[in-house]
Amino acid sequence: MSKDSILKNPKNLKRRKLINSVMISLCVLAGLVTIIPLIYIFFYTTQSGISSLNVDFFTQLPKPVGEEGGGMANAIVGSLILISIGGLIGIPVGVLSGIYISEYSKSFLSSIVKFTTDILSGVPSIIIGIFAYGVIVIPMQRFSALAGGFALGILMIPTVTKITEEMLKLVPMSLREASLALGVSRWKTTLKIVLTTASSGIITGILLAIARAAGETAPLLFTAFGNSFWQTKIDQPMAALPLQIFTYAISPYEDWHRQAWAGAFVLIFLVFVVNLLVRFVTRNKFSGNL
Amino acid sequence: MKDNNSMDNDNDNIELEIDPEIQEESELNSKAAVLTNDLSVYFNKRAGIENINLKIRKNRVTSIIGPSGCGKSTFLRSLNLMHDMTPSARVFGEIFINGENISDYNSVDIRKKVGMVFQKPNPFPTMSIYDNVIAGLKLNGSKKRSDYDEVVEKNLIHSGLWNEVKDRLKTPAMSLSGGQQQRLCIARTIAVDPEIILMDEPTSALDPISAAKIEELIFNFKNDYTIVIVTHNMQQAARVSDMTAFFYLGKLVEFSKTRRMFTNPREKLSEEYITGKFG
Repeated sequence: MSKDSILKNPKNLKRRKLINSVMISLCVLAGLVTIIPLIYIFFYTTQSGISSLNVDFFTQLPKPVGEEGGGMANAIVGSLILISIGGLIGIPVGVLSGIYISEYSKSFLSSIVKFTTDILSGVPSIIIGIFAYGVIVIPMQRFSALAGGFALGILMIPTVTKITEEMLKLVPMSLREASLALGVSRWKTTLKIVLTTASSGIITGILLAIARAAGETAPLLFTAFGNSFWQTKIDQPMAALPLQIFTYAISPYEDWHRQAWAGAFVLIFLVFVVNLLVRFVTRNKFSGNL
Repeated sequence: MKDNNSMDNDNDNIELEIDPEIQEESELNSKAAVLTNDLSVYFNKRAGIENINLKIRKNRVTSIIGPSGCGKSTFLRSLNLMHDMTPSARVFGEIFINGENISDYNSVDIRKKVGMVFQKPNPFPTMSIYDNVIAGLKLNGSKKRSDYDEVVEKNLIHSGLWNEVKDRLKTPAMSLSGGQQQRLCIARTIAVDPEIILMDEPTSALDPISAAKIEELIFNFKNDYTIVIVTHNMQQAARVSDMTAFFYLGKLVEFSKTRRMFTNPREKLSEEYITGKFG
């Protein structure tokens, strides 16, 4: 086909322009469908939750049914502790195994690790809760924050591993070679060049994992268990926001429903703030390099 | 090249043809900077290069030419043990650097002596211009922090970039143009003080003016470094190098003084390649 025939064929051109605009509209529509639920959730929880929100909510313990007021201070602190424990387990294990799969990917073991990670990410969170129950709760003879954090940590591992691996693979081989050619050892190249270059992507992955873990209820049901009182010892049962929301939401009391909404709002807001904060702190003045 | 014996004979020929001035000099530096002995590299079962015997003189520019896939880069990358990173690559034969067999040394130490400049400029994207220059020193911990300023200035001057970047040393390296990035990579390479610099088609991703600047650098570097440059560009090889090696299908076909290679090559194959009959 010569150039002329395309130029002289406006019908074809018209049709292609039409298809083009239809496809673009579909993409925009799909994009809207993605953000609508988030916006809806955000506004709905804000609307229902913010009215029950007051200083007491952040400073008071839950009150028994019938008593006005009370808050979820213990659950907020509990959630933070549980996520910290989970992060201490999930982030190092996830990042290191991601490095192993990406940088030393030729060994047989790494293909097993990769496969297992994919499977683990598909395991329902309640099963992971049962696992933590069997491994920690039964031997310790009691529910504990440790068991809850452990379950959250296991949940975080596959997400962190996968994203670390993907991000490291995006780092061009030429950068590794450039570093090695300077006489830099392999581990320093991995740590200072490869990881640093991929850091913003890896941090995003870690945030995703934290956000997911923060909202998990199922694995905490029979690990952290929940607690109506102050508890900061990690070998004791501990309250957590999602657990508290769950308990309050299924109760028949109007007062508790309002508290549950407030809890949901706080939970979403916390995840949101953590996201923004970490992005702000780790923002790279040389960003946009990947 | 049929076998090693004929190879040795060729090398002898080269010795005989060297003009007296160079002869004298070469006796002073009788040690070859790089000497390969039956060097072969295999990728899985396929040979990348086979039985390469090459003697690269100190403080000379040696260019390696040949059609795509002839093993030029494979040869170059074996000199600083880059094939360690490729699990499928297997290297046979011996490589001597300054008369010492490199298998007796740690690859990290070899690479400090044998620097490399790549085809595509590859400054570290997360670092500033300043940090790129000192990256090798910093990561190896081989110099004091207080020396960094001096190192940066010296090497950027040496690589001809200083005047263009001295007012924005702390800006991202990626903000430089391609040609500037490549000169930054050269500054980064010479900052760790290598003796030999390997260049893998260092100008093929650059515009002609940037390429000319790099060629000028190569010319000026002769006093301080031994340079081995792989190039697709025969004019470039003719311009910058003292010696030229012609590779074909993983074998070394001819290794001659550049002037001879481009005026009166010994091998018919070299002549055909240089005159553009194939490749």
